[in-house]
Amino acid sequence: MVPINYYVLLSALLFTTGVIGVLTRRNVMIMFMSVELMLNSANLALVAFAQARNDIEGQILTFFVITVAAAEVAVGLALLVGIFRTKRTINVDDISTMKG
Amino acid sequence: MELVVFLITALVSVACAIAMIVSKNAVHSALFLVLNFSAVAILYLLLHAPFLAMIQITVYAGAIMVLFLFVIMLLGAEQGEGNDPIRWQQPVAIVVGLLLLAEGGLVFFRSGNIIPTPGSGTTLPTDPGATGGLAELLFTKYLLPFEMTSILLLVALLGAVVLTIKSREKEGVR
Repeated sequence: MVPINYYVLLSALLFTTGVIGVLTRRNVMIMFMSVELMLNSANLALVAFAQARNDIEGQILTFFVITVAAAEVAVGLALLVGIFRTKRTINVDDISTMKG
Repeated sequence: MELVVFLITALVSVACAIAMIVSKNAVHSALFLVLNFSAVAILYLLLHAPFLAMIQITVYAGAIMVLFLFVIMLLGAEQGEGNDPIRWQQPVAIVVGLLLLAEGGLVFFRSGNIIPTPGSGTTLPTDPGATGGLAELLFTKYLLPFEMTSILLLVALLGAVVLTIKSREKEGVR
């Protein structure tokens, strides 16, 4: 039986990797994928806690998070396609129309 | 044995995550992310969540990542990353991220037992392959949220269609 702390540590590591990905990369696709990585690491922590408490409700929450992630990706990618059509770029530094 | 499987899978998933944010080509990043999601699915199996493991593979590694790859190839977004105009941002971002990790680790490991053991009464199934407990809870206690996810998915579907069809209409007017 693997201790719960290992799972939480792994989850934190994956989340940090996602944060660093969002902060360092300028390709909007890779930033979006890093956001997915963060969502996924939160899911891993939820399932690990469900196991630790011997309670299945954590898995239900993960189920809903996965559903929301699917909806978010569909809308987000549609937005990216729309941005690309007008701006012809996927570099976030070039998308600065609303900059003051 | 379980610990060995966990350590190998964890190593693969972290390595894939780091390779994802480091690789220059966005298609390679997406493929590394698929591998990462598959590794997490194996961890779900270790955590007695077989249904979530399968959902993880079909929805995340399957549907979502295929959508990502499709859009990357549609936009030709494999490279397209110019020089960063703010040079100092990258090392600072790494330091800040590691600080976040240290902070989270400190809070979790210093605070002792943060997980109260008595749950809500719905225990995990003893048979690791059983998905009955999850289904029962989903269709009784969580029926309303479950039905609402169908509305959410419908709205997302409509939103995606509307967002992509608008410019085509504009082109037609011209």
